[in-house]
Formats: sequence, structure tokens, C-alpha cells
Amino acid sequence: MKLPINVTVNGETWPLDVEPNEILLDVLRNRVGAKGAKIGCERGDCGTCTILLDGRSVRSCLMLAVEADGHEITTIEGIPDNGVLSALQDLFISHNSFQCGFCAPGIVLGAHELLRDNPNPSRYDVQHALAGNLCRCTGYEPIIDAVLEAAGEDRS
Amino acid sequence: MTVTRQPFEAATPDDKLTYVGTSPPRIDGLDKVSGAARYVDDLDFGPDLLFAAVVETPHAHAIIKRIDTSRAEALPGVVKVVTGADFPFGFGLYMKDRYVFAQDRVRFVGEQVAAVVARDEGTAKRAVKLVDVEYEVLEPVFDPVFAASEDAPLLHPELKNYPHVPWFFPHNDTNIAHWRKTRKGDVEAAFAEADLVFEDTYTVPRYAHCAIEPHAVVSLYDRAGRLTMWSASQSPYTQRHVIAEALEPLGLTHQQIRVITPYVGGGFGGKAGVSMEIMGAALATAVQGHPVKLRFSREQEFYNTYQRQGLEARIKIGVTNDGTLTAIEHTMHWDAGAYVEYGANVVNAAGLSATGPYRVPNVKIDSLCIYTNLPPGGPYRGFGYSEFNFGLESHIDRIAHQLGMDPVEFRRKNAIVEGDTLSYGEKMNPSGLLECIDKVADAINWGTGEMSGDPNKVVGKGVALMWKAPAMPPNASSSSFLKFNEDGSINVTVSGMELGQGYLTVMAQIVGEVLAVPPEKIRVETPDTDRNPYEWQTVASHVTWGCGQAVEAAAIEAREKIFEVVHRVHGYEEDSLFLSKEAVRCTTDPDFELPLRDFVIAGIETADGSYRGGPIVGSGMFMPEFTSAKSDPETSQGGHPNVHYTVGAAGVVLEIDRQTGKMHVLRTALAVDAGKAINPDLVRGQIVGGLVQGLATVLYEDMRYDDNGRLLNPNFTDYKIPTSLDIPDEIIPIIVEVPQPDGPFGARGVGEHTMIPAAPMIANAVEDAVGVRIKSMPVTAEKVALSLWEGEN
Repeated sequence: MKLPINVTVNGETWPLDVEPNEILLDVLRNRVGAKGAKIGCERGDCGTCTILLDGRSVRSCLMLAVEADGHEITTIEGIPDNGVLSALQDLFISHNSFQCGFCAPGIVLGAHELLRDNPNPSRYDVQHALAGNLCRCTGYEPIIDAVLEAAGEDRS
Repeated sequence: MTVTRQPFEAATPDDKLTYVGTSPPRIDGLDKVSGAARYVDDLDFGPDLLFAAVVETPHAHAIIKRIDTSRAEALPGVVKVVTGADFPFGFGLYMKDRYVFAQDRVRFVGEQVAAVVARDEGTAKRAVKLVDVEYEVLEPVFDPVFAASEDAPLLHPELKNYPHVPWFFPHNDTNIAHWRKTRKGDVEAAFAEADLVFEDTYTVPRYAHCAIEPHAVVSLYDRAGRLTMWSASQSPYTQRHVIAEALEPLGLTHQQIRVITPYVGGGFGGKAGVSMEIMGAALATAVQGHPVKLRFSREQEFYNTYQRQGLEARIKIGVTNDGTLTAIEHTMHWDAGAYVEYGANVVNAAGLSATGPYRVPNVKIDSLCIYTNLPPGGPYRGFGYSEFNFGLESHIDRIAHQLGMDPVEFRRKNAIVEGDTLSYGEKMNPSGLLECIDKVADAINWGTGEMSGDPNKVVGKGVALMWKAPAMPPNASSSSFLKFNEDGSINVTVSGMELGQGYLTVMAQIVGEVLAVPPEKIRVETPDTDRNPYEWQTVASHVTWGCGQAVEAAAIEAREKIFEVVHRVHGYEEDSLFLSKEAVRCTTDPDFELPLRDFVIAGIETADGSYRGGPIVGSGMFMPEFTSAKSDPETSQGGHPNVHYTVGAAGVVLEIDRQTGKMHVLRTALAVDAGKAINPDLVRGQIVGGLVQGLATVLYEDMRYDDNGRLLNPNFTDYKIPTSLDIPDEIIPIIVEVPQPDGPFGARGVGEHTMIPAAPMIANAVEDAVGVRIKSMPVTAEKVALSLWEGEN
């Protein structure tokens, strides 16, 4: 039995019919085409499926699509403003913050959430905010440095 | 063309490099931060895409008596069920000891015995549970030392019939699939004469790569009989070759197979060679006309791709009272797992180099590749060196202490230098090892005691050296094509893989340097075996050095074509022409300037209105023609198995809670001799990332198996990899540059090396801090606390 839901993804409304047990991550990737959210562990450990749900970071692999009915979702594809990267995204590029890039969408989203809620984070705040997003390549340093620099720019 | 260059200086006549040695941002950075980067699982294949799921054995060692697929086949939505009987084809990279699906026997928990292809993923997974397999359970063997004995059950009775590379030496009718012996001098005589001989055993468990992207492959065997694979792989050409060899009975040839590798979400060796992809290829042939996707779950990622092999190492070292190393005997029993088609070469590499970066006149190394009933071992960042370096560098520290020598001074005194004779008779390449040692010692204030602000905590310091050579067949080669575009920008095709290390950017910098074009105007494409030229594999930390030479050669060929056409039209001698700022200039006519974009496609117009030239293209190839794997099997003397070694040193300042054993890295430094850092920021990225990965293997990671060979922690909840909270307070990356004579601009590889010294430096710092020596990895807080508790009670 399919259930009708309405979700807003990156500003666009998507009326969808979904099975009650369909995972939000699968619906976003396969029905909406938001491939920035990745499948990494399917049990909430790695954070590659991170999205913003009404502005809060959630793991879309742990959420049913029906639970997203009526909510606003932002994926990595929705972060640039009219095609212009955010200042934080630019800093992630200039810091070579990512290597393989598979964790990048989740970390970009989590870092945007952090800076919105806490424009003045300490190094520990950044480490703490991103602790649910695993990266195997970088040792996290260039990621943390970029977020701290972005916060510094916002302050100036 | 190939680069023919002997002295390093010839590559950089004026030492005025424009792009090499600078740190432009990665050329793939925008793709990755914007979400544009596509990985295999992100590609769309339309409504006829099918999904595969694998039937796995629950037994570590068993005979397959019967497989009944009828219930699975009856499930609506199931398209095909296949078993080993459908694909009785052996495969393997260095030794053909594996099958697409298990044949008569299974050898590790999780091994594939059958697979289901269905219209959707859920149906495929449900059908897997309906495949009935009847087993006769056999006695498994997990301990490599026992497995090597005559009393152990034989896991591969067919070992004698497996085709393998000529540098492997299997012992038939045993579980020893390969035994690398290296002999130099006379260790027995040296031990008899030594002032101190010290011997001990060190153990290293298995580890998982944990690339964040799981393995995935989509394969289409189209109605014209062509097999195209979109694969998350470090090795597109090797994959094509191994699959073409294996599926040759089905009529597939190299020409009929195409492997496309979009971005890869991390490899670390785990996506080298061929593992699950062979199933994808075979399944596609069973459902001709439909693309079929096989994506491993995180659990499968842990137990049915390559794992880093376990090791038990017995080390005996002799020294004289003045601190001179005189002899080493290093016996390594490798838990290589159920299949060693790749892992045996890890064993081989360690067997040639397990002296570490030291000058040792008398050497006896035995490196045994032993079959066990655990998952197949294979390549993992460090390729054997990470494994043996734990014991070796722990042992070196302990000997220094016994001699009453400073561990840094002891290492300095015995550190290998250019021209020293290696264990197999060749000479050591130029090396900045001493500089690495000194810079690391400075960075951690070696020799100065540090106190913790917390009375319950103590601070210790440890150092370790490392070295590693690329482990490559003697004919491992690279090639490159290059073409200009109308705007003077360039496309380069190679078949090395961007795994995150920054390879594409480095190739762009090399081309940019030769052709005076900024790297941001150079696009370097990920591989497609139909279009990009050959590359052996992206492994061994060799692509900067090897593929870099092919790319440099392609750029030089293009430059020669540019100068030739300018000479024909303008009359300047070719050796008076040079490139600068995207234009051709002339040493004899300072006013001459011809922008590349004006003619690299369109050609140059002459007085009569006709044109000269045409689209400028270049090609380059590289093979290390000076290497050879032929040597005496009893001594390893006589060959030239390694191209060169990259060396380095690392140190750590470690804080330990005496009550809990909990450890915290206050500061760590790693110096690596990159020869020439083509992009210093990317080298620093390798240092920081590799160190953190190495620290995890010593501080908390390890694979735990139950008594039946079942992996207990195949997920990120129970197999802990570092989070952003688990990193050192301070990491000091140090780049040393003693040029590699044959490297592009003097460069050599650094990618794997940064992981290698992490484990022993921690063990050494623990002993420095609390006087406890831990001889088995990982060196966990639990082990440290229990050792302290035992010491106090």
C-alpha cells in the first residue's frame, strides 16, 4: 500500500507515493535524483547520507520517507545560491579539505548547520559538530581549518 | 615517446619551476564540494537495471554437497540465480587460486557460493535466503603458524596446479602458498660475534581499509556481446585483464570488455586488483542486455573484500657495543587468508625489505604466505611494511635501551644511506633519511622530558623510521594521451585513478610545467579503458613517479610538435624556442610571442593563406626497464625487484592516563622524503591523513573473529575508525626533498608511507612514558592499563 507524501527538496515540491517502509535516503536518491546524499553504512554510523530536515542535520538512512511528509529537505545540491557556492564551500576547495570526496556532501551540510547555529565556534565545537561524519582520507584537519576560517570571515 | 634522461638536472635546467612545487587547489575540488562528483552508485541506468545479491556461506571451511536454487527462482521478480557450476573459472592477479563463486569447497565465512539477480534490491535479498546449500563442515584453521605445520588440514590441495607469477615459490601439499627467502652475509656467524643478541615476537591483527564508499559495480553485457563495467576501482586495466582471462571461456576478449571508473570514494588498496567485481562481470553475462548492479553492504565490505593480513613476526637482532647493527633474522608468518592471489605479493614485498631502512651486513628474512580460513588478505596502504614495521621498530627501540644508547642516535648511526647494499644486493637510492630523523627529533623536542598538567597523567615520546618501495611487476607501466583545445586548454587522459590523493592535480601540474599552461586549464580525466591509455594499477604509491613520467613524456612530445611547426613557418631554430605563459617565445628574438591558443588547433597561417600544423597532441609511455624479478629463490640475490625506496621518520608526544591507560596524542611529526613535492599541500594532506589512519590501527582498530572464523565487528559501531574528535592535538608534516634521479622533477611517491611508522612510535612512547612494552597490536588503553595494574600488583 503506497502512501502519498509531499516533501520540499531544495525548494522544489515533490508529491510522491511511497511504501511505508521506504527509506528516505533511497527515495531522495532514486526518485528525486538527489545523488549527493550517499549510501555508506545504512545504519547511521558514517554520516554520508546527511541531509538538513527543516534546517537540522539528520541521517536520511535512518528515516522513513513517510516521516518526511510536509517537511523541507536540503541536500548538498541545494547549498549553492543560484549556482554560486557558499563561502564555506569555496574555503573547502582552497584548503583541499577533501580527498576522495565521498564524505564531502554530509560534512558540507553539517558544517553549514554548525555555522548557522554557532557563528563563533571553537576548534572543539567544530570537531564535536562533525564527529558523526566519518572521513577516512584527510585526518579531518583541513576540514576543521576551513570551517574555522569561514567562521572568522563571518565575524569580520 | 618516453623520457630519456639520466641526470636529474636535465629536467630543470634553470630551476625556475612555475607550477611544480606550488600548491594550486585540487582540480577535482569543485566537483567534490558541490556534490557534482559522481561515484558508481550515483549513475543512472534506466528502468531495466537489475540488482544482484550474494549467497554467502556461514562456514569457515566446508565442502559444498548440494545447492538447490528452485525456491529462489520461484520468487516473483527473480530473474536469474547462478552458482559456481555456471562459472567454473579460476582467477587471480598474481596466482590463480580463486573462483568467481566457490566450487566444491568454501574457505571463509562469507564466501560467495551463489547469487541472485532480481528486478529490485529487496527481492534479490529475499531470494538469497531461499537458496538452500548443504555443506559437509571441515576443520578450519585460523592460526598461521599452525597452518604452516604438517599437522594442519590442507586448504588448497590444488596449490601445485595454480598458475602464478615466476617470483612466487609455493610449497606444494602444504598451506604455504609462497615463501620469500632473502639471505645476505652470514647471520649465524654475526650473532656469534655480536655483543648483544636480542630476540622477541610481535603480533599484528587484521585490519580493514574502511573506505567510506563501499565497493560497487554495474555491469552490462549488451546484446552485441560487449561487456561494459562501471566500477569503483583503483585498477581499471588490471580489472579488465583479470576478468578477460577469467571469462575467456565465455568468448570474452580484452577488446570486448570496457571498464569505466568514475570517482572512487577511497581505496587504500581495498579497491585494487579484482575482488567482488568478478561476480558483477559474470552475472552480467547471465542476464544479457540488462545492466546489473552489485553494491556491497558495509558488512560485506568488511568480510568479503581484501583485508590487511595478520602477522606473527619473530625478530632477532645482533649489535656490537658501539651500537652497530650487524645481523637481523626476521621470520614472518602471514595469515594470508583463504585466497592469496593478491596477498602473496604483500608477503613477497615484506620479505625483500624487512630490515627496515638500516644498513645491516648480515640478513636472513623468511616471509611465509600461509593459507588460513579467514577472508582473503590483500593490499592495504603500506603493503606489508606497516605490518612488519611495528615489530621491527619496537625491537630497534628496545635494543637501543639495552645498549644504553639514545634511540634516535642508534637509528641515526645505522640508518641506510645512498649506495649502501640492500638485502638483495642492489644499492640504496638517494635518500634524505638522516634529515628526516633530525627534523622529527627537533619537532617533538626529543631529549626533553615533558610533564602533564594532570597528576594522573604522564607523557612519553617515541620515534620510528620507515621505508617502502613500490611493489610492482618489472613491467608495470603507464601511458598518457594529451590534446589541446581551441582555447589553448588541455585534456589529458591517463588510467591512474584519483582516489583522493590528488593524482589528477599532480598530473596537471607536470603537464602545465612542460607546456607553460596553468593547471586550472588542464583537465585530467578519470579512466575508461576504451579511451584512456594503459596504466597498470593505482597502487604502490607509484603513479606520481611512474605515470608522472608518462605524462611528462606526452607533454614533451606535444612541445616538440609545437616547436617544429613554429620553426617551419617562422624559421626560428627549434632549440631557440621555449614556452612561457601559454605562448611560444624565442631566445634569439625577444619580440616574438605566439599564443598557444592561436594555433594549437587551427594551425599557423602562412603568407599565401595556406596553413601549417594541425591539432597538437602528445603521447607518452613509461616502464621501469631497469627492474627484474628474477633472482635466486634461496637468497633473493641477483634481481632488481624494487625501483627505489621512499624513506621517512616520525615521532610522537603521547599523554597517558595511568589509571585508565587512555592515550592522547599531544603532538606528532612525520617527515617524508618526497624527492620533489610537486604539490606540497597535497603531500601534507597525505602525511596528516596517513598518520591518523596509522594511529587508529595502533590505538583502537582491529578485526575480531570468533572461534568459528566469523567476523564479530563488521560495522563502524564496533570497528572504530577515527572521528573528528579522535585526532592529535597537533600534527607537524615535514617535507624533505632529496631528488629521485629518474622521477618527474625528482619526485617519488609518498602516499602509503605516511601510515607506516605510526604503530611502533606509539608502542615506543608507551614504554617511554610508563615502562611497559606492548608487543601486540593494537596498543589499546585496556592493554596499557592492565600491564600497569599487573606491574603494580
